[in-house]
Amino acid sequence: MESGCSKNVESCPKLLDLIPQEREWHLKREEERRDGSSEEKKLELRLGPPGENNWSNKNNTERDESLLSLGYFSSMKSNGKQTHKFPCPEDHPVGSVLSTPWAKNHHQQQTMPPFLQFPSTTAPPQTLPVIAKESSQPCCNKAVDLQEAERKAFKPPANTAVPLNGSQKRTAPGPVVGWPPIRSIRKNLANSSSSKLASESPTHKAANEKPAAEPNGKGLFVKINMDGVPIGRKVDLRAYDSYEKLSIAVDELFRGLLAGDGSGGGIAYFKGQNFGLTCLLLLQLNSMFVSTVKRLRALKSSELSALSLGSNKQGKLQA
Amino acid sequence: MNYFPDEVVEHVFDFITSHKDRNSVSLVCKSWYKIERYSRQRVFIGNCYSITPQRLIARFPGLKSLTLKGKPHFADFNLVPHDWGGFVYPWIKALAKSRIGLEELRLKRMVVSDDSLELLSKYFPNFKSLVLVSCEGFTTDGVAAIAANCRFLRELDLQENEVEDHRGHWLSCFPESCTSLVSLNFACLKGEINLASLERLVARSPNLKSLRLNRVVPLDTLQKLLMRAPQLVDLGIGSYVDDPSSEVFSKLKAVIQLCNSIRSLSGFLEVAPCCMSAIYPICENLTFLNLSYAPGLQGNDLTKLVQHCRKLQRLWILDCIGDKGLGVVASTCKELQELRVFPSDPFDAENAAVTEESLVLISAGCPKLNSLLYFCHQMTNAALITVAKNCTNFIRFRLCILDPVKADPVTNQPLDEGFGAIVRSNKSLKRLSLSGLLTDQVFLYIGMYAKKLEMLSIAFAGDSNKGMLYVLNGCKKLRKLEIRDCPFGDVALLQDMGKYETMRSLWMSSCEVTLGACKTLAKKMPSLNVEIINESEQLEFSLDDRLLVDKMYLYRTLVGHRKDAPEYVWLL
Repeated sequence: MESGCSKNVESCPKLLDLIPQEREWHLKREEERRDGSSEEKKLELRLGPPGENNWSNKNNTERDESLLSLGYFSSMKSNGKQTHKFPCPEDHPVGSVLSTPWAKNHHQQQTMPPFLQFPSTTAPPQTLPVIAKESSQPCCNKAVDLQEAERKAFKPPANTAVPLNGSQKRTAPGPVVGWPPIRSIRKNLANSSSSKLASESPTHKAANEKPAAEPNGKGLFVKINMDGVPIGRKVDLRAYDSYEKLSIAVDELFRGLLAGDGSGGGIAYFKGQNFGLTCLLLLQLNSMFVSTVKRLRALKSSELSALSLGSNKQGKLQA
Repeated sequence: MNYFPDEVVEHVFDFITSHKDRNSVSLVCKSWYKIERYSRQRVFIGNCYSITPQRLIARFPGLKSLTLKGKPHFADFNLVPHDWGGFVYPWIKALAKSRIGLEELRLKRMVVSDDSLELLSKYFPNFKSLVLVSCEGFTTDGVAAIAANCRFLRELDLQENEVEDHRGHWLSCFPESCTSLVSLNFACLKGEINLASLERLVARSPNLKSLRLNRVVPLDTLQKLLMRAPQLVDLGIGSYVDDPSSEVFSKLKAVIQLCNSIRSLSGFLEVAPCCMSAIYPICENLTFLNLSYAPGLQGNDLTKLVQHCRKLQRLWILDCIGDKGLGVVASTCKELQELRVFPSDPFDAENAAVTEESLVLISAGCPKLNSLLYFCHQMTNAALITVAKNCTNFIRFRLCILDPVKADPVTNQPLDEGFGAIVRSNKSLKRLSLSGLLTDQVFLYIGMYAKKLEMLSIAFAGDSNKGMLYVLNGCKKLRKLEIRDCPFGDVALLQDMGKYETMRSLWMSSCEVTLGACKTLAKKMPSLNVEIINESEQLEFSLDDRLLVDKMYLYRTLVGHRKDAPEYVWLL
């Protein structure tokens, strides 16, 4: 991962200089949501796929890529207080993950890869930009709308018998939560004749541990959805030790479903257990992220542009 | 009318054993109700929350055997969060208090604590049989308590449970005086056991008929065990790995020849294909073969084995047997009644190990086929229609296409017609699971033809509420309906609320049912428990009724809301 990351960094050093200190964080609104201000800047982070050196040529408004959209979130109610601490990765080169978001700002602005910058603790943001699947406000309407949107996206046209995917041939369908309907013990038989059946199965889970997907001893599968794709997929976060790899994997999951070339990594956001709307931007998938993430969402780059990135930021992103 | 003394009537009732029949008998008149309840020994409770232990005990003081089921079926696929419920402890506690002479307890999808097991082992001096299927919550310490305290234990059958293994000593807890074992199944335990204890236990159990070992029991121990117990009828092999040229292996081959009572073979949790030839002599007489947990066997190995199994009635196998292998099954196993083909690599879309072709071959070659569970990558309408022509005896038909919305790859059509043919020609069908691309049309067929259907599982299917309505209106015998990711909503849910009183349960997840509709249903039907599983920590109860619920589980009950629901389950 390191090599890919540093390549990225070299080619687009400014790319990840996401949020200068004085920027405000804003809440992204879904289309159905009540209107958020359009001037709100979004925190978006786009990464090129590792190994592809063509980021500088990409115009994020034009390409139709799948991206993991990664925004940095914090609870709106937190009011700028540092609500989450993250373990500080020991030694990280450029690919350093977001560690302590608030306290280490200045330091990170210099040494952090252009993935993420955090607002200074001295100027705590009032609100945070969020590419949110759900709002941290008790906004059930949004959840309803979002779900409705997803359902509608899901529903095949009612009056035709056209198969859902037309003539599109899917390759790897990718894992769906709870599908195929087999017990966990059967899931990895092919790979591990010895290790799987011997893996510990926890019978007493910690009280506050509520994995959204299916944790077994091996993988932590997290649901990941993408607009326009009716069936969410799953990614095994434990299988990837870097953001790039996760990004490649997600890309592959959705690859067959995209109109364009489908390449592109990018941004991931997730909803953490403790933080309401939370985003951890990472080059390394640290344990905090892995243990608290509940869902991911992939955005196409066309959606990304619809989020109306702040103009100066956009320039940076394209660098 | 009762011309006979009660004792005579009771004697007659002794011949009536099925639960359904006894339930019917109890409804005839008060007198029969009374006689029946005092003489009833075996009770089956399909949903542990439909009744309380106290009421059970009050009605059936002579209870000897209890079967309880807890979590909804989709819990097997991790759709039900941990701690949802299904605790057996209150049942055992109540039974213990009441001095019921419990002898047999069979549990499925329940949470069983070590305390429960300990209580069970101490308060029922005649306890004979414990069967736990897909349960969790206990450790080998609980098992040890059963071993140590149940003096007349005949059956200890642990199937596919999640057990925390504290290593080994539980087996040594069977006292030397315990000689009554008939069935011992610990295949799902993962830890070490004391092999010497096992050998001694088997040696002093002359009635042992069924023995299923876990993966740590090596081949040489197997050989010794078979020496002690050549009378076995059901054998589950743990580890089956050795050098075929070794002396131990020769001994095994020899002793297997003597085990001519074995009719059921399973396990092979660890297997070396080169050792399989030793098994061939017993294959001739096998009626049940389960290789679905044997990852080390390739198509050829499986095919060679199956060629010897002419009397096979039930086969559970992995899809790596391939179409070719299943073709051999079709031509060899003419007595086959049940076939289950599991995916060896469920997430691998590339290598389609079995296709619709072998299903057609099986249907043509096995005239007695009545139960099918088939995982495959694709299915065609033509194949299903052919299967329906060949097989009209299906009781259970469960097809799982790994890509859940896959159309017929040849015609690009939904699989409505194929499944329609299946339900049309199999009039005895009791259980059906659908997959593949499906529209409302398939549900129209199901409603029209599947008149005996009792359980239906639907995923990613249908276009509109009509689909669900066809089923609810047409399937008069429906008991369990489980639906995920289908566009069925409030209109379907609320159309015929009384229907749910005739069913055991309804599960709907990721559908289009709103909170408001669930509330309405709960309000209008006090005999139902409508439960919402809400895993998002943000949402509060007093939410907008337009909110779509993610998971809803409702079931009929005589006792109202349960008291043990976790926070994230809302009882409406």
